[in-house]
Amino acid sequence: MTARPKLVLENVSMTFQSDGKPFTALAPVDLEIPAGKFISLIGPSGCGKSTIFNIVAGLQPPSTGRVLIDGEDATGLIGRVGYMLQKDLLLPWRNVLDNVALGMEIRGVSMKEARARAMPLLERYGLGGFEYRYPGSLSGGMRQRAALLRTLLVDQDVVLLDEPFGALDAQTKSRMQEWLLQLFNDFGRTVVFVTHDVEEAVFLSDEIYVMASRPGRVIEKLPVDLPRPRDRAIVSTPRFVAMKKYCLDLLHMAEPADDLAA
Amino acid sequence: MATKTTSLPPTRSLFTVLSLFGASDDKGRPIRKLPVRTLWSNWIIALVQLSILVTIVAGWELGATFGLIDKFFWSQPSAIFKTGVIFFTEGDAFTDIAFTFRSTLFGFFLGTTSGALLGMSFWWSRNYARIVQPYVICLESMPKLALAPLIIMVFGMGLASKVAIATALTLVVSTLTAWSGVQAVDRDQEKLFYSLGASRFQVFSKLIIPACIPWIISILRVNIGLALTGAIVGEFVSSQHGLGRTIIYAGQTYEIALVWVAVFVLSALSMVMYAAVAWLETVLRKGINQ
Repeated sequence: MTARPKLVLENVSMTFQSDGKPFTALAPVDLEIPAGKFISLIGPSGCGKSTIFNIVAGLQPPSTGRVLIDGEDATGLIGRVGYMLQKDLLLPWRNVLDNVALGMEIRGVSMKEARARAMPLLERYGLGGFEYRYPGSLSGGMRQRAALLRTLLVDQDVVLLDEPFGALDAQTKSRMQEWLLQLFNDFGRTVVFVTHDVEEAVFLSDEIYVMASRPGRVIEKLPVDLPRPRDRAIVSTPRFVAMKKYCLDLLHMAEPADDLAA
Repeated sequence: MATKTTSLPPTRSLFTVLSLFGASDDKGRPIRKLPVRTLWSNWIIALVQLSILVTIVAGWELGATFGLIDKFFWSQPSAIFKTGVIFFTEGDAFTDIAFTFRSTLFGFFLGTTSGALLGMSFWWSRNYARIVQPYVICLESMPKLALAPLIIMVFGMGLASKVAIATALTLVVSTLTAWSGVQAVDRDQEKLFYSLGASRFQVFSKLIIPACIPWIISILRVNIGLALTGAIVGEFVSSQHGLGRTIIYAGQTYEIALVWVAVFVLSALSMVMYAAVAWLETVLRKGINQ
């Protein structure tokens, strides 16, 4: 079965001029991401994960290369993928419902219809009863849920998630991961996920790209052949533990020695 | 490396000194409890406040009667009261109040809204902002009241010149505040809007304007005071109506009682407008924060 990949990065790289010297934030990268898969990027800070996201989202032009979505050139085009940044970035003057509806509203959907579409999903995905609350009165987990629903409701096939659970406590984080898997099953989107947390990456993904820094680059692609649906018990299976160890070893090698000395 | 422990210098001498002011135990530690703060009930506070007021007024009245205070310069409460009654029954009290009130209010709205719009407009172009900002800062540091005679010449003796001075005073503050609001908008928030495919106009109307509103609300109280000052200074320079004009006129003809009357009416007007703006502020804030 050779379906056309959903998202392709062709020879994408990013070079800055800093202090007159060229600095490579991202060495040329080629990625092919099949439709409906959950992909994670892991790596040390400064490995260019966020740069890849900014380029795919059209927020930063790459120095070389191009981005293809469904085979079409989407380099430098905004609004072609759903992008969730690290912070939830909910608007404090809008209630949860209107925050979730923001993406559709920007697409030109009338406010009334956007609300009508968002309402049942809030109910279904754990924000029922919070529709008219303001972000200031929500817990971190609830805010992330709202932010993620906002991203998913824009009807983009590709969704980029930049460490969405990075700031959550361990318990909330594991609940949110299960919640995200449920969403992933229901919506059937192609997800690209950035994380520092190896266990999170193995638990959620179909494929993991391990990255290294200086210059930022992809060093290995690992398929995760654990059966779906996955539940929490899987984390203690030998297969899972072996995957996790392998990833950690790769990351350890990727880390330049002077980082550890510092 | 072993942790070095630094011992504190002996402090007994300090405690010996302190013990002059309070008890200390046999190890030289002061025996001290958390200070207790008692709060008087509201009516005691009100009573004390009232008695201070009565003492001042009575002292002034009696002092003037017995020649301790020069009536010619300071007038006296009973005379001020009489003048006040005349001012309201036979004088132009309501015309004057209405005149000052109107010029303040017009200047307040004009200055605040145009300043806010100007400040937010800087978001549209970094180049435009960089070109215009030095001028705004120059205007900020310029003593705008010094321009009052010029503004009166240009706009005439009527309402327009007072509104213009009140506007000049409020405009620059509002501009700078709105611009601070724009700069405080999280870059990532803009990034989110663009990632959703938003146009510049959508970012402006759905993000920049709502984000600046709390900043603009915060300037309202300051601006109402500034607008009143502008209106009065305009009346000082040249006017046919208004409380400021009454004060200048009464001062020039040595009717000190009338000066006081106008000052008290002005204070009352100022308090009413301040309270109204404070109320507006809470209503608006409630509208924003749910």
